[in-house]
Amino acid sequence: MSIIVSSIGQGLLWAVLGVALFLTFRILNFPDMTVEGSFPLGAATAVSLIAHGFNPYLATLIAFVIGTIAGLATGLLYTKGRIPILLAGILVMTASLSINLRIMGSANISLLNQKSVFSAHILQHLPKYFDSVFVGLIIITLITLALIFFLQTDLGQAFIATGDNATMAQSIGIKTDRMTIMGLMLSNGLIAFGGAIIAQNNGYADINMGIGIIVIALASIIIGEVIFGDLSLNERLVAVIVGSILYRLVLLAVLQLGFSTNDLNLISAVVLAIAMMLPRLRHALKLDSLIKKGVSTHE
Amino acid sequence: MSNPVFSLKNIVVTVGDGVKILDNLNLDIYDGDFITILGTNGAGKSTLFNTIAGNLKITLGQLEHHGKNITNSSAVSRTNYIARVFQDPKMGTAPRMTVAENLLLSEKRGKKRSLRNRGLTKEKLADYAKITKVMGNNLNTRLQTATGNLSGGQRQALSFLMATRVKPELLLLDEHTAALDPKTSEHLMIATNEQVTQNNLTAMMITHNLADALKYGNRLIILNAGKVVLDVNGTAKSALTEGDILKYFIA
Repeated sequence: MSIIVSSIGQGLLWAVLGVALFLTFRILNFPDMTVEGSFPLGAATAVSLIAHGFNPYLATLIAFVIGTIAGLATGLLYTKGRIPILLAGILVMTASLSINLRIMGSANISLLNQKSVFSAHILQHLPKYFDSVFVGLIIITLITLALIFFLQTDLGQAFIATGDNATMAQSIGIKTDRMTIMGLMLSNGLIAFGGAIIAQNNGYADINMGIGIIVIALASIIIGEVIFGDLSLNERLVAVIVGSILYRLVLLAVLQLGFSTNDLNLISAVVLAIAMMLPRLRHALKLDSLIKKGVSTHE
Repeated sequence: MSNPVFSLKNIVVTVGDGVKILDNLNLDIYDGDFITILGTNGAGKSTLFNTIAGNLKITLGQLEHHGKNITNSSAVSRTNYIARVFQDPKMGTAPRMTVAENLLLSEKRGKKRSLRNRGLTKEKLADYAKITKVMGNNLNTRLQTATGNLSGGQRQALSFLMATRVKPELLLLDEHTAALDPKTSEHLMIATNEQVTQNNLTAMMITHNLADALKYGNRLIILNAGKVVLDVNGTAKSALTEGDILKYFIA
């Protein structure tokens, strides 16, 4: 039971990444590789600051700001530098590897005996693993509500229109470059924030913790979409959170089959690939009609 | 005669290898003009629109707005007073956003897009039902439909409404009925004419349909090789026949 609670807790914490990537991947309609850099950037920033005696909440907030700078860099390379988005993201991701080492001073920093957001008094009275669930639930609820609010504002609508049809957006006076940069900043700020929280949850920051992040974030988006199908924009954000939890439960199930944690990146990739192929497979294997038959009464 | 709203002075626009698409073109656009534009393919009609809208750089010459030089102003800044309806129904609307959301977006043309709720209220929707009804083709019953699911005619009608929601000083209609079937096209053309005349819009309309060019508008120009070769208005325009115009196409 406790491993399931742990998985749900992890799913909620990692859902921040899924929701953040949704802003670029589904609203702006491009894959942003920057996240593989901004995630460890947030972790390195927060953990280093905490290790130097900073308040963990302040450190997490600073991690968010640093993440927005990574997003700004990618945004400028893409909009002003005219570098394709995939390459712009990879450039910033690569650069941040060095920056992370500079920030941390070594490849790994532990938070042993340091205060973190998980040291809050109220969390100490919860049963094991419930602290992640508690913190995860609060954070993802606040972020999702904030995003739902944002997307319904005039600015949020202009942001959505930019990803939907940039030509049209420009023709009614929307500064699409600015919207794209804003989206990348917000997305990477949230990713770095997620990195800061997850590093504190793990108790350490590691230079390699960004590897495969985009796959995990994509998995929560795609799993949510495959399961729930057509939804409104607000519902899709919630579907990402559910997708993130389901992804953790799938990982748990696979690990129970005897795979080791060293296989996680392989498993992540396979899970995402299957989820992305599912709509096609469903069609090819006529699963939809089979399922329909399965739940209908005999004629 | 009053001062022109827009004035194109000796405009030259060249592409890549120095070919002049617009060649010393002069044109004054006055308040209330509804100009139909004819010309063969390559005459410079679309280039003229792209130049006015700011999507193409002017090589030589000057573009003025109320006498102010705007030759080097950005396309986005010009959207404050110039609106455009494209030929391709896919270009003018955001496909995953609803009809109402698209209309609301266009209402903020020239205004700051802030962190205030967009305010898609019941009153707004009732208002949209009214203005979309005017365009016909059942657009008013599909306010909550994603525009990607609309027909081409409905999308073009929506694009037109979006372009005129905030009254522009100049409306550019770039063969906006050309991609539609004859019946839908005629329908949209009649609605366009009603809106332009009722709201006293200043508009330029590119068309390949000679009959439309003669029937609508109060001024007609013909472009050839990047120059204005005919510019008539008022009774002179009314007196024109298709035969008169065809002469300009046989070079």
